[in-house]
Amino acid sequence: MNWSLLWAQLFNGLTLGALLVLVAMGLTIIFGALGVINFAHGAFYMIGAYAGYVGYNQTHSFIVAVTAGSVALLLVGVVIERGLIRYYYRRPHEDQILVTFGMGIVLVEAVRAWFGGISQRLPVPTWGTGAVNLGFLYYPTYRIEVLGIVAATLIVLYVVLYRTRLGLIVRAGIEDQLMVNILGINVTRTFLVVFGLGSMAAGFAGVINAPIVTVVPDMGTLVLVQSFVVVVIGGVGSFWGALVGGLIAGEIISLTAMVQPAYSEVMLFAAMALVLILRPQGLFGVQGR
Amino acid sequence: MSKEDRKGLNRRSLLKHAAAVGAFPLVNISRSWAAEETIGNYPAGVQGDSVFIGLTCPLTGAYSAEGGDLQKGYELAISHLNSGGGLVPKISTLSGKGVLGKKIEYKFADTQTQPGPAVQAASNFITNNKAIMISGCSSSATAIALEKVAQRYRVLNMVGASGANETTGKDCQRYAFRSQPSAYMAAKALAPVLAKELGTKRKAVYLVPDYAYGHSVFDSTSKFTEALGWKTVGQQLCPVGTADYSSHLLNIANSGADVFVNVAFGNDSVASTKQAKQFGVLDKMKMIVPNLSSFQGKEVGPEIMQGVYGTLDFWWTLAETNPIAKIFVDTFEAKYKYKPRWTAHIAYTQLMVWADAVERAKTFNPISVIKALEAEHKLQMPLGEVYYRACDHQQVRAVPVVVGKKPSEVRNPDDIYKVVGLTPGPEVVPPCDSVGCKLPSY
Repeated sequence: MNWSLLWAQLFNGLTLGALLVLVAMGLTIIFGALGVINFAHGAFYMIGAYAGYVGYNQTHSFIVAVTAGSVALLLVGVVIERGLIRYYYRRPHEDQILVTFGMGIVLVEAVRAWFGGISQRLPVPTWGTGAVNLGFLYYPTYRIEVLGIVAATLIVLYVVLYRTRLGLIVRAGIEDQLMVNILGINVTRTFLVVFGLGSMAAGFAGVINAPIVTVVPDMGTLVLVQSFVVVVIGGVGSFWGALVGGLIAGEIISLTAMVQPAYSEVMLFAAMALVLILRPQGLFGVQGR
Repeated sequence: MSKEDRKGLNRRSLLKHAAAVGAFPLVNISRSWAAEETIGNYPAGVQGDSVFIGLTCPLTGAYSAEGGDLQKGYELAISHLNSGGGLVPKISTLSGKGVLGKKIEYKFADTQTQPGPAVQAASNFITNNKAIMISGCSSSATAIALEKVAQRYRVLNMVGASGANETTGKDCQRYAFRSQPSAYMAAKALAPVLAKELGTKRKAVYLVPDYAYGHSVFDSTSKFTEALGWKTVGQQLCPVGTADYSSHLLNIANSGADVFVNVAFGNDSVASTKQAKQFGVLDKMKMIVPNLSSFQGKEVGPEIMQGVYGTLDFWWTLAETNPIAKIFVDTFEAKYKYKPRWTAHIAYTQLMVWADAVERAKTFNPISVIKALEAEHKLQMPLGEVYYRACDHQQVRAVPVVVGKKPSEVRNPDDIYKVVGLTPGPEVVPPCDSVGCKLPSY
């Protein structure tokens, strides 16, 4: 039993999971509050990375890149919500899936037409280069910093959701949308903000992950699938569900890769199937969703 | 019986038999003519003054960069075949006014780097567009599937990019011809260079994409390096399209090896190489890439690729020593403003070789064209002399062995590699009886 490898993979699972948590967080909030299944979420992640790449090329500043990625997605999210999604709130889930899936394809192909299929480089920021010797493992500095960035973002998100009025409305909307409406709260504007924030989370995740993976138009596909799995495991509309679900998913991928790398992604789906059989609402979810 | 009947029987039966004997050759001729009439889309697809070629390329998916390059190679070749230019003046059988006087029409379809869509698109080209030849693909899984389509429909397939041994091995087809060096050929060409530059007491660990091509390269490369004295410590399998190689790289870093063999291809090669650098794998181990992806060098950058040994189907600096290569590189660069990669080279040369075979056969009849290709007729191409082998339809051609240049030696953004060897084809092709190829009927 190679203990140092085990610790290394366990730690790696955390960083893999951290990214999934961030993407799934946006997805679950949109799904929970708006009831919309957003299959364009992977495309949002990808656009965040490209926006960051463009921002970086103009200014050579990573901070600008991150801001560009997040702001771009806030705008994209708002435009798509106003222009398309809001007509689908009352439509059945199948329609929402179709329209967001189609939107996703349009966005991916538009990016491919503009930038081409060759991968782009968003280099690791200067404060993230090199690797750190953690004792049991020699690990890239930037990945540890991503862990830190995600943790900080989640704290901010937690504060917004659980300590502000907006967060209260969002959580109430997740629990019972009709009541919120009846209580006279401007749900339309809340939805707009929620969709914008959810998309921004995806774009933010895209740009901070870009230095690690390659920036290609198809980069969002796998992330989309995995974040849906995380949402199912954790439970729809649940902050803690996305957090715990994402970390569990990251660990599953990592630990399976230690033993049998070809099966690492399959095991994730096996775990999802298990959750659906034993506890269909997810670990933290509410029954009926 | 009366005398009349006997006589009548004799005359009548004689007449009957004479008629039958006389008619028989006629029936036979029309039957064999009917058999020759329809082979795949011949002659239905060549009736007009143009012929159709169906081209499938991965325009999306993990190998989309290769797909774009492949597409440009095809377009350039077809424009030269239809209107002259490029290598057409150098090949005596080609006129520059189409092939056998017929203009070449074509269409592209996206394979999405998967066999399913490729097979659908190719079948469509064959049944709806009456394609007289199909080509394209940038992955061995797709190539093998398309070879079967070609054999089933009896339409010629000039295989696109495919490096697995099986393509001209156990999955070989009568109607398919492959030009890229097989994994065996690449490994055999690379091994002596590795022995000289890296020594013979090495421990190698492999990162292998989990499909035919990956397994092929692993098998061939480990076989030839072990023959040198290297030890194969292990292999990490990963699905095509993996974005994050951290778990695999951690295993690799812990494997105790000192050589990292990266078999990942296309976009996966870029991601895995960059991450290998981040995880310190490249600082601890030398990396070799048995088959370098078209844009890997440019996307990863010379800081990481320096000192990396590998092979490719073609590298543009061969234009500095081979005048035919220079024509190809210059015409490509004039039209597309970058140096062609080897996927464009495969597309271009496959079409040239096919056109030459058709002209030599003086017909589009697939069987005649196949026989013309199997005749092992030698052509001068950017790599030097090339010809197809009859036993497995593998092209016998030189294999460039390259090493990544130091950043200080790089002259322009495309100048990533230095060619350190050009092993002649006959030295690296596997013996015919060892590849496991049993070509089906015509």
